[in-house]
Amino acid sequence: MTMELGSQRLKGRVAFVSGGLRGIGLACVERFLAEGAEVVLSDLDAADSEAATSVLARLGQAASYVSANVAREEDWERAVAMVKERHGKCHVLVNNAGIDLTGPVESLSMEGWRRIMSINVDGVFLGTKHFVPMMAESGKDFRGGSSIINVSSIMGLVGMNEVSAYNASKGAVRLFTKGIAIEFCQKKTPIRANSLHPGFVETPLLKAGFQRWVDQGFAEKPDDLVAGVVASTPIGRLAQPAELASAAFFLASEDSSYMTGAELVIDGGWTAQ
Amino acid sequence: MSRRLEGKVALVTGGTTGIGAAAVQRLSEEGAKVWFTGSKEEPAAALCAETGAVFRKHRVQDEAAWGTLIDDILATEGHLDIAFANAGTEAGDGSIEDVSLDGWNSIIAVNQTGVMLTVQNAIRAMVKNPGATGSIIINSSMNATRPLGNYVAYSVTKSAVCALAKSAAVYCGMKKYKIRVNAILPGVVETPLITQIMNAQPDPAAARAMYDGMAPMGRMAQIHEISGLVAYLASDEAAFISGAEIAIDGATTAGMMGV
Repeated sequence: MTMELGSQRLKGRVAFVSGGLRGIGLACVERFLAEGAEVVLSDLDAADSEAATSVLARLGQAASYVSANVAREEDWERAVAMVKERHGKCHVLVNNAGIDLTGPVESLSMEGWRRIMSINVDGVFLGTKHFVPMMAESGKDFRGGSSIINVSSIMGLVGMNEVSAYNASKGAVRLFTKGIAIEFCQKKTPIRANSLHPGFVETPLLKAGFQRWVDQGFAEKPDDLVAGVVASTPIGRLAQPAELASAAFFLASEDSSYMTGAELVIDGGWTAQ
Repeated sequence: MSRRLEGKVALVTGGTTGIGAAAVQRLSEEGAKVWFTGSKEEPAAALCAETGAVFRKHRVQDEAAWGTLIDDILATEGHLDIAFANAGTEAGDGSIEDVSLDGWNSIIAVNQTGVMLTVQNAIRAMVKNPGATGSIIINSSMNATRPLGNYVAYSVTKSAVCALAKSAAVYCGMKKYKIRVNAILPGVVETPLITQIMNAQPDPAAARAMYDGMAPMGRMAQIHEISGLVAYLASDEAAFISGAEIAIDGATTAGMMGV
């Protein structure tokens, strides 16, 4: 696949990506950097951890890291303060950090339910809440304004067996995004907000989830589950994280200046069937 | 401007004005060789001179003429990689109580049958590409999901082509073709047609304010804001997007305000 990299269409912009050390988040960070943006990424790992230092060393000077838990409001306050001090502005926010939870509804613990809601839903709310003032100001810098990209899922569009908690959390992200999109329009705040709906993407989260299903006896090995997903996807393969990053880049750039409150489904035709 | 479409050949129906013309410009700027169809020869000639694109006078509902068009593209360019099924009309439309059968049939012919023929002929050409690759984009409308009371045929056809996009996308998957089919659903776009309608009103400024106010964003889309999405979907960057409906409407369908 040919990706046009380095068009510099994000030059002068500052982006924040939560869950930026791996998977879709890391791919977004890499793409934004390649397009000329400066990027701050967050994740749970400590700043001096092997995971954080090795990624940051590779990303170079335009990237910086803040260790933050998206479910904790004080961590967002700290992240916003860090971005303000380092860059003084923010044009793009990718609320990407997320976890999954599967199992029969009657077996789900209240603790597990609260945990997925706190990360997948509270995290998106808190990131939006704390970045909006700075992004409203920075949105005057470019046609199309600032852009909030909330990573939902195809599981925010359709239900799936034993995925109810994840379904609920991603469905919440979808409608939260529409709500804030209309709110920003109403107040003439120059921020657009859209949701991304990835299908099955080859990420650490997917691998861990498939391994858990194998452990629970749903399949003999993770590859069998991958084969099943591939067979049920019209395009006939898993997505690569870079393909979600190209969508995030589109939504971050001026090219999507009239898109807000919209859903971008990237699922190889899975929900079209 | 990036050159994501270098080496690709594109077909745009209804490409002489408005969203179609903006797509001809954008796809050309990104490196594609563009063929476009329509009926207005004067703006077509200007667009060809500006972009190096090729114009063919052609009506999308004319099944017999499709074979020649596709043959000519393949004979000249060797392949077809992108199709933007954009041609559409609302002429002769009305409410369910008032629409004439002639009006209904002529809108179905262009907006629905014309789009079907575009997708069908594009797929027949694209399967000849190594690996059977291609990207087809259908220009639907936000009225596919929020139908208009006084434009029944327009609303119905714009909804129908969303199902067409999905059916074709699923079919291409079944056949292992790497041909993607997606629908875009624009809100109110400031096309020459809309400008003409506004200017014909007793108070053009008030008419403009009315159209601008239809979207929560407080303005109409400019034609070049739609072609950015078309170019993205046309490119290999969108290689995992198929069977999707993508709203581009300044939050109009995100809620019920202003619709």
